[in-house]
Amino acid sequence: MKILLMGNPNVGKSVIFSHLTGVRVIVSNYPGTTVSYTRGLMKLGEDTAEVIDVPGTYTLETTSEAEEVALRMLNTGDVVINVVNATNLERNLYLTLQLLERNIPVVVALNMWDDTKHRGIQVDLDKLREFLTVPVVPTVAVTGQGMKELVESIPGAASPDTPPRSRDERWATIGVIIDQVQHITHRHHTWFERLEDASVKPLTGSLIALVVLAAAFLVVRFIGESLIGYVLDPLFNTLWAPVLLRLSDLLGGTGFLHAILVGKLIGGEVNFLESFGLLSSGLYVPLAMVLPYIISFYLVLGLLEDIGYLPRLGVLMDTIMHRLGLHGYAIIPTLLGLGCNVPAILATRILESKRERFIAATLISIAVPCAALQAMIFGLVGQHGIQYVAIVYGTLFIAWIILGTIINHTVRGFSPELLIEIPPYRLPPWQTMLKKLWMRTYGFLAEAIPIILGAVLVINILYILGVFGAIADFTAPVVTGLLGLPKEAVTALIVGFLRKDVALGMLAPLALTAEQLVVGSVVLAMFFPCMATFVVLLRELGAVNMLKSAGIMISSALIVGGILNLIL
Amino acid sequence: MPERKQVSLARMQTRQGGVVVEIQGGHGLVNRLNALGIRPGKRITKVSSMFMRGPVTIQVDRAQVAIGFGMAKRIIVEPD
Repeated sequence: MKILLMGNPNVGKSVIFSHLTGVRVIVSNYPGTTVSYTRGLMKLGEDTAEVIDVPGTYTLETTSEAEEVALRMLNTGDVVINVVNATNLERNLYLTLQLLERNIPVVVALNMWDDTKHRGIQVDLDKLREFLTVPVVPTVAVTGQGMKELVESIPGAASPDTPPRSRDERWATIGVIIDQVQHITHRHHTWFERLEDASVKPLTGSLIALVVLAAAFLVVRFIGESLIGYVLDPLFNTLWAPVLLRLSDLLGGTGFLHAILVGKLIGGEVNFLESFGLLSSGLYVPLAMVLPYIISFYLVLGLLEDIGYLPRLGVLMDTIMHRLGLHGYAIIPTLLGLGCNVPAILATRILESKRERFIAATLISIAVPCAALQAMIFGLVGQHGIQYVAIVYGTLFIAWIILGTIINHTVRGFSPELLIEIPPYRLPPWQTMLKKLWMRTYGFLAEAIPIILGAVLVINILYILGVFGAIADFTAPVVTGLLGLPKEAVTALIVGFLRKDVALGMLAPLALTAEQLVVGSVVLAMFFPCMATFVVLLRELGAVNMLKSAGIMISSALIVGGILNLIL
Repeated sequence: MPERKQVSLARMQTRQGGVVVEIQGGHGLVNRLNALGIRPGKRITKVSSMFMRGPVTIQVDRAQVAIGFGMAKRIIVEPD
């Protein structure tokens, strides 16, 4: 049996999904579609049912590509759990009526039920059941309230024989239902709601945005630096370094295995940045340099996401984003890109047109450095002074604006206008926040560490075989002539295809000046996406557009790197 | 009966309420707005508008919707 979770965007479908399917969730992205579905399994009596978390849709009269796919999905399901926002019944019922007109059994989950009380909304459940003639279960997905009843109601799912109606007939029916089922008592604006309004007004909104972004940046840095300075550096330096030295002694201080495991000893000591062995830099880079920033970044991003601030930032940024051929909502994938470019490029699916997705994905891969790379920029470039870090960020920001403007004027088409629902502010329960943080952190550990260790291993072997030397001689005119970097730096650019954090780490032993590090960081950020991002880009854009995008990346990286080399 | 004044959403005053009377646009726009609950006969309140022809935010029932300036110009409202 195939159960579809359907409803308007942002009503809590995914929370219900994770309650129903529990830990046995299989996450798979359907290839070739523009919108990803999440699938999972749940126990239903003796049987196992497949549950699909269908992306939010307001209507079955398809108005966007995403809704078209949702409609196609509907034809393959056996039962629909229609998740409805109880605090916004009228609009949500439009989709419900459309679902009832189709030949598929429906159960309604009346979610955010607890919110109705403090919003002064009374819903007469029995009357609503009478009108809809399908099971209606009040739920509070965040706490899990009503989940048991929801599961028990699935066998009773019904498909009333409603003839198809026109749009006006549907709204008329909804009018009758709302009239009899919902009673709203007037109440004064809460300070939460005042804050909501203030965040989308030009003056107060800009002020709030500045404060929020500055605070976000400071908190990310504070938590990241504290974790490094007080926890991870001491751990590595006082506990792990002596172990490695013992190992080095055991291996005789030299040889193939020593070079791969421990790396080069510097002044008889392990240098976690420069030794470049599997067990030295290979562990230090992901765990002590990148992981702290992954944790702090995703903690802050998760908070902003869950509170509901990001769409408001989209409204504020709309005018600026239009100059780049995007609309304000593109700020969400862009911010996600500061964590990792892979989910960011997937998130560009929230944009309406192919053109926007091309622009957004290209700009993200060029000018939005992921958290891993940023952590290394702070770690390495930051040693020479924060002003150099500022130059890196400033350059990337200017490149983002200029490139976006150029692409907007050269790629045919226009940018559609913003049309989004802005969710109310919510205080997220800390358990959900920690869960999300853990999922993302675990995702980093599981996906990045094997690649990082593999990269370090391959680099060491290629180094010993002398392959890099040959490449370095070949590319010297560009790397040294144009970018002003030592010719060996090309190895970092190549490794950048595997992992950008490791790649930047490879610049550490080259004893670069601060200016060279700035050039190296910027070129590495812009030059070419890492393997994981490349695969997603290829899938999302198609081969032809990927080639175009790659052309833009390589040429802009060389131009910007060359200019930086000249002026610094 | 005197004809009541009608303005586009873009030109409405902030904090002003009104009733949508017409959406001057093609099928696509009408559909998308309809799906968000914005349709002729619906009461809305303008919450804010960004400077430089930025998006307009309105309140429809318990939801807030941000609408690009160009679209807002095509939503005709009869203000209170």
